[in-house]
Amino acid sequence: MSHSGLPRLEPAGIDGWMIRLFGTIEENNLLWLTALTRDCEAAFGAALVDLVPSYTTLLVIFDPLQTSAWQVRERLVDILARLVPDDTGGEGELHELATWYDPSVGPDLARVSESSDMTIDAVIDTHSYQEYRVFALGFSPGFAFMGLLDDSLICPRLNTPRAKVPAGSVAIAGRQTAAYPAVTPGGWNLIGRTAARLFDRDRDGFSLLKVGDRVRFVTVDRHTFENDGGDPTPMMQATTAART
Amino acid sequence: MSAGTTRGFVVTRAGPLALLQDAGRFGIRHLGVTQGGPADLHAWAWANHLAGNQWGIPVLEVTFGGLELRAECDLTISVAGADLSARHNDRPLPLWRSVRVSKGERIMFGTPVKGLRAYLAVAGGFSAEPVLGSVACVVREQLGGFNGQGQRLAEGDELTITTPSHSSSNLIQTEAPEQEQPDYAAPAILNLLPGAQVADFTGRSLFDAFNAEWRVDDRADRMGVRLTGPPLHCRIASMVSEGISLGAVQVPPDGQPIALLNDRQTIGGYPRLGSLTPLAASRLAQCLPGQRVRLRAVGAEMALREHRQFINLMR
Repeated sequence: MSHSGLPRLEPAGIDGWMIRLFGTIEENNLLWLTALTRDCEAAFGAALVDLVPSYTTLLVIFDPLQTSAWQVRERLVDILARLVPDDTGGEGELHELATWYDPSVGPDLARVSESSDMTIDAVIDTHSYQEYRVFALGFSPGFAFMGLLDDSLICPRLNTPRAKVPAGSVAIAGRQTAAYPAVTPGGWNLIGRTAARLFDRDRDGFSLLKVGDRVRFVTVDRHTFENDGGDPTPMMQATTAART
Repeated sequence: MSAGTTRGFVVTRAGPLALLQDAGRFGIRHLGVTQGGPADLHAWAWANHLAGNQWGIPVLEVTFGGLELRAECDLTISVAGADLSARHNDRPLPLWRSVRVSKGERIMFGTPVKGLRAYLAVAGGFSAEPVLGSVACVVREQLGGFNGQGQRLAEGDELTITTPSHSSSNLIQTEAPEQEQPDYAAPAILNLLPGAQVADFTGRSLFDAFNAEWRVDDRADRMGVRLTGPPLHCRIASMVSEGISLGAVQVPPDGQPIALLNDRQTIGGYPRLGSLTPLAASRLAQCLPGQRVRLRAVGAEMALREHRQFINLMR
């Protein structure tokens, strides 16, 4: 936490404080953010409405009828002064997402292969080789922003987002990767599909992935993907359709 | 239908957008789930209050009008918020007050006269199974509403209500005082608490932000309302994504601010002028495209006082 002027408390409406811990995205940020999130949960009790962690920040939303911005600020200053990052206990749960990488469900595989100057197999190997960390959830329920992607796979978002990305689509953009929990619009490059249920209203905790968790994409064939309940409907015309 | 509930209305015409809304979905924003809830908290709370309901009871949010309902039993209702040419059978339906409706009678919303969203509360409240702790209907997330799947009202829907535990003669208040009934057609002044990036806007842009007249764009929905006017320049073009408060006014690279409302995404990466107060966000949610608004910077103390006064009045 050596970035100048940080950590910092920034006003965020009548019921919120933005705690800015870091200036850049680093994996080690998560050790501090998960510790801070836990300390805030313990400190505020019923006056706490929501905590929204993201790459470098934690947004604290409180009930302005039970407490005030000034009281909350005092507590936060105190929490920050005592904050200790999680050690190995903060590694986060490891999830393996069985993924069928195939051009029929990953229509951008060919383009990523071209732009990275690697074969499609090498793209798949690179993407599934490493472990990723969940930096933030957002965009849609259970949508986890994971990173950091190997430099060789870095590619920009689509110029025109697709109107409909199928649920389970595994995608990359910039230095990040993600899997779409539900059918939504989306501008990331699709390279495969997982049968994992990423958001389930009947599951305890609802979201499979949480900030701080670790994720590995594991290559499976179509047969396994379908056996796991995956929908193999191809995405062939997706790019052209999105432009019309 | 569970015990203590009964069929209150049948939808005979759905109109463009009628949604069930309680106070919103809280405690799970870290999972990417938006808060939902009434775009106009002020009118929503009044509708409940005038129907004799407690804070947070589910209410119908009717946007643009067009909805038609038939009462399936004798009811007490109240409609607050926009004037959407609502009728009670063959006569105009009075707004901002409780109204008796008999079985078989019709409630029909027409087109907007003033404001955009009307809130229809029924004594006892609409009844639906909460999803993730709330019945707030968020179409994009397929959460909440009468069947839990985030669906807007459709023709033929049967709307279940909770049988009221009190009779209408016990209503605490049957009509909202005039000063609580906003003139939504008048130019709005929106109170905004300056945020952390406010100093990163150029001096000229800061002057414009709080002195120019902003026009409400037609790109407006429950996620956010775009304002058009002089382009605002910020020295930071984009930021690492972070949590976004209700009413946050973000400025993307085109310099045209977007005020983010109840169904906004939970995190985002554009610099922000600050956050509209909840009541200012409510007021903006009633503006029709083309209407003029101004932003006014206010202090946190004054904003908190105003908010607490309103909530305490309604609770």
